[in-house]
Amino acid sequence: MAELVLETQGLTMRFGGVVAANNVDFKLRARELRCLIGPNGAGKSTFFKCVTGLQTPTEGEVYMRGVETTHWMPHQIASLGVGIKTQTPNVMDSLSVFENIWLAARRFHEPQEANRKTQEIIERLALGAIARDDLGRLAHGERQRVELGLVAVGDPWLVLLDEPAAGMSAEDVERMTAIIHELNKTAAIIIVEHDMQFIRSIAEVVTVFHQGEVLMEDHVDRVMSDPMVRNVYLGKKA
Amino acid sequence: MQGSLSQDAVKIILVTAVLIWVMPLLIGTYTLTVLIVYGMLGLSLGLIWGFGGILCFGQAAFFGLGAYTYAIAAINLGESTVPMILAVLVPGLFAALLGAMMFYGRLNDVYLGVITLVVTLILFKFINSTAGPQYVIGTARLGGFNGIPGFQTLNVPGDPDAYIWGDSYFYVCAVLLGLVFFLVTALLRSSFGRIAVGIRENETRMSLMGYDVRARKTLLFATGAAIAGLAGALFANWAEIVTPNLFSLGQSAEIIIWCIVGGLGTRLGPVLGAAGLAYLKFLLGQQAVVDNTLITGLILVLFVLFLPKGVVPALADLWKVSFGRRPLGRIHQQRRMRNREHRNG
Repeated sequence: MAELVLETQGLTMRFGGVVAANNVDFKLRARELRCLIGPNGAGKSTFFKCVTGLQTPTEGEVYMRGVETTHWMPHQIASLGVGIKTQTPNVMDSLSVFENIWLAARRFHEPQEANRKTQEIIERLALGAIARDDLGRLAHGERQRVELGLVAVGDPWLVLLDEPAAGMSAEDVERMTAIIHELNKTAAIIIVEHDMQFIRSIAEVVTVFHQGEVLMEDHVDRVMSDPMVRNVYLGKKA
Repeated sequence: MQGSLSQDAVKIILVTAVLIWVMPLLIGTYTLTVLIVYGMLGLSLGLIWGFGGILCFGQAAFFGLGAYTYAIAAINLGESTVPMILAVLVPGLFAALLGAMMFYGRLNDVYLGVITLVVTLILFKFINSTAGPQYVIGTARLGGFNGIPGFQTLNVPGDPDAYIWGDSYFYVCAVLLGLVFFLVTALLRSSFGRIAVGIRENETRMSLMGYDVRARKTLLFATGAAIAGLAGALFANWAEIVTPNLFSLGQSAEIIIWCIVGGLGTRLGPVLGAAGLAYLKFLLGQQAVVDNTLITGLILVLFVLFLPKGVVPALADLWKVSFGRRPLGRIHQQRRMRNREHRNG
């Protein structure tokens, strides 16, 4: 069986009286691709933030490749080789595409190697035509793609993507899907997503969150046809 | 930044040499020296604010600390070389401690401004209240609101009797400013500088890419303070007295205005802003018709309203519009749009 790259045990996050994530046990193995779905307020993003160090869980533990990272900060988690993309494009707007990706590459490589890796990613993601443009001038889809470049350039073994397809055109989504599949050849991936069409096209196993808890974890087809899941999503009995 | 570091070095040497030659023909070297010192002080804030995104309301604290460190050490040692080094190190270390507390304590923006402001105020109040004979460091009395006069001024290293003053002191200050400007350029060209700019742009993203933002901000903050400390020591040598006014809030506010007027995010802007506004203040100070503070405030308001990017970026934009090459992609885009309009009639 492939190595366990991410595990949470009893992960709980409370905001005052609100329990956003409740006793979540989760396991992800090397080169697995898992989608986290659920309606708004289900606890997906809270879970994502707790795993990435953006929030510290109230209870429970997070392990990455067997190392406890529960109280680690985002930069420590990223330094392990974890690529993180947040919900909204989180980039350096006044810097060029090249500079953005170079900064990500420089974290793990010497300057010359960072230059080479940056060039390689720019070619892989077909960003050559806009490589010298400031990110602030680019369209949403291009910015999302660049942010995926920031993730990919560090050669991560675990990639965490929060709504990578949000607000993108069909063409951009198709391109994004191809990039994610390529990343998945070497890295385990978690995708938090709403877009069911995108999920069907990309995932095999899906974890469904509901009211802060894991409702179901199964193959995407079985999940989609499950009456309980449809009830949660549509708010009525299937 | 375009070009290589060696090209930058050549440019800096040439510009420094020309200015050293030309400026004394226009303004007296005594006045020029203090303009250079203020230029260095402006550069110190320009580095941490313009390139690191750290708005420090207390840059005057490091300036004053450098000046007092120099004066106290010079009285005790009777020679200027070690005091000059201490005047750089002490503010740098003080800022490293203060910065570590702020950045590791996850304080940002407004809180950072408030804390640096309060620290300046504390130092100002403390130094003002050290008039009694019990406030002595070695043989140096702190002197309270009267300050510390009569310390050893700059001398040739190893020879306390060979004073560097007058025109020679102006040359030393000008070369030091050129050197600091070059070091800042080198720093900004290095990975550290580029990462600092990344942090200024998006701290969360840099953190998610694996950078320890707190450590880097602390280091940059300390670097800016060390430069301000050097400026303070040079000021002490120029004025031959240090007083608590060096720590004043007015001084801190002025440094911020210099940077805004000159242009944030540029190396030259804060230097020019500082020298220009300080010279204006010097000219206005010679007559009692208009209040200096009023004019400085008015200039700030006018710049914020009409030239928010500051003088140097505005001039750079003007240069690009007038003589710069238009990017090929945009020309193609414009041509495509013209063709589309033509087709649509």
